Amino acid sequence: MHFDFSLLTTELSMFILGLATFVLGLVVPSRSRRGIGAFALFGLLAVLGLTVLNWDQQGVLLNGMYLVDRYAMFFKILCLSTAILVIFGSLRYVNEHLGNHFEYYSTIVFATLGMMVIASAGDFISLYLGIELMTISFIILVAFRSQDGKSLEAGIKYLLQAGLSSAVILYGFSLIYAATGTIVILEVAHATLQGQASPLLIAGMVMLVAGLGFKVSAVPFHMWSPDVYEGAPTPVTAFLAVGSKAVSFAALLRLFVAGLAGVHQQWDILVAVLAALSMIIGNLVAIPQTNIKRLLAYSSIAQAGYLLVGLVTASPAGIKAVMFYSFLYVFATVGAFTVVAVVYNKIKSDEIADYAGLVQRAPLAAAVMLICLLSMAGIPPLAGFVGKFYLFSTVVSGYLWLVYLGLIMSMISVYYYLRVVLVMFRDDPKDPAPIEMGSAANITLIITMVATIFLGIYPNPLSEVANSAAISFFLK
Amino acid sequence: MGTALNPSYFMVLSAALFAIGLYGALSRKNAIAVLISIEIMLTAVNINLVAINKFLTPEAFIGQIFAIFVITVAAAEVGLGLAIIIAIYRNRHTVDLDDFNWMKW
Repeated sequence: MHFDFSLLTTELSMFILGLATFVLGLVVPSRSRRGIGAFALFGLLAVLGLTVLNWDQQGVLLNGMYLVDRYAMFFKILCLSTAILVIFGSLRYVNEHLGNHFEYYSTIVFATLGMMVIASAGDFISLYLGIELMTISFIILVAFRSQDGKSLEAGIKYLLQAGLSSAVILYGFSLIYAATGTIVILEVAHATLQGQASPLLIAGMVMLVAGLGFKVSAVPFHMWSPDVYEGAPTPVTAFLAVGSKAVSFAALLRLFVAGLAGVHQQWDILVAVLAALSMIIGNLVAIPQTNIKRLLAYSSIAQAGYLLVGLVTASPAGIKAVMFYSFLYVFATVGAFTVVAVVYNKIKSDEIADYAGLVQRAPLAAAVMLICLLSMAGIPPLAGFVGKFYLFSTVVSGYLWLVYLGLIMSMISVYYYLRVVLVMFRDDPKDPAPIEMGSAANITLIITMVATIFLGIYPNPLSEVANSAAISFFLK
Repeated sequence: MGTALNPSYFMVLSAALFAIGLYGALSRKNAIAVLISIEIMLTAVNINLVAINKFLTPEAFIGQIFAIFVITVAAAEVGLGLAIIIAIYRNRHTVDLDDFNWMKW
């Protein structure tokens, strides 16, 4: 059987990068380990370049086990950009709070590799392996501060609940295998389009909604995320909030829109209810939060709700909207969490009250936080507005109640986002000493801010890229 | 051939095991017991996969290969889980989930 390794270029180079980072960390003397972060960063940039160059690559490996198309490439680029921004923005945070640990960087590389496998997965085995590679890497990262009780507590909560959700997903896979006799997603699609919806298939579908609902932290499977987001080191939280969520949506789309298209009538209302619940609970519970990381965690639950809306119609427009929104969500979230990390570096606190007068102490950080929060709230002309417009316009016919709900909840979200902004801009700082951030963090913040504004004013390029990727999804 | 086996026996067994594991994972307060319950759920999945492979697609070994992957990854996950439990035991001198309550809304 012919096996075309060139289709795996990006994954193989990622794998080599991960191993090289690890081995390099073992052999260099501990005082020169600071360079490992830069090494991983440049490696990731190189792999990102390679992925962009391979944008037009198309192919199917091992009878559908592994799919390489623009859709997968889009999510690979997304994950790599997130990893790069997260590492670049937090070089100082990592040095000061996580010690001289080279394992941090190689684990991030392997988590990204897991995400890339998920994006390309064409059958249940490769999907499962991708999910587990990503999840196990994230468990290590969440519990990375092994002397800190909070980080460990977050680690054990994430471990147990992720294990539970993996088991539920697997049971769903085995039921779908029983119903259709195959584990290749495209063959499952053929089987479900022809045959009747058997109870086994429906049960498997419900299991998958529950298990993947956990991964994207949709209500009512969201209980882990506020605790884990709060306890994990801040760069890890950013990576978890963006990368893990985006590729879980990639897997959801691949499984439901491609694989289970035949039972769309059965799952669309389920997904719509999850979306509605996530929007309501996420936004309402965010209001009383006093810790900025918990506030962002609940806001990310609400974002998962918005993203699920794009899934409901199972249309190319919906897929495009999900891809577009998850890409701009990268910048808004990484920007906000980078601000949290640099502020924590100085004042050792994540409480919103301690952000008082941030605009006088670190004008750039305050400005970026403002832009990112307003983008998440969906205020025009920022990127979040365009993304929400794409998402909700797919459900205008048929699910109008979802549109109204999304509108109301977005308005409520403005309230708690602006509360943070008010504290930063109106209140007087307790200690007016300026917060020095370091040039790497500065550059990251500027990138995220410019991208968020630019994509809001001029969304066409990204929108077209997402369009062509969404079309490749249906060419099977 | 005496009594013919059919796949539904295995699927009922697996569903029962899965339910027991799920109940344990949700109700037990000891972190290690929860980890064991998750293993029971994975065992249920493996029984399902292997039995369906035998009855539905006997010429291809999809289910059996899948089961081997599941076993391997589960071992890695348990290894990591026990490591974290040991670390947190050193930190707090307990493995009771009710005591892991530093973060709450």
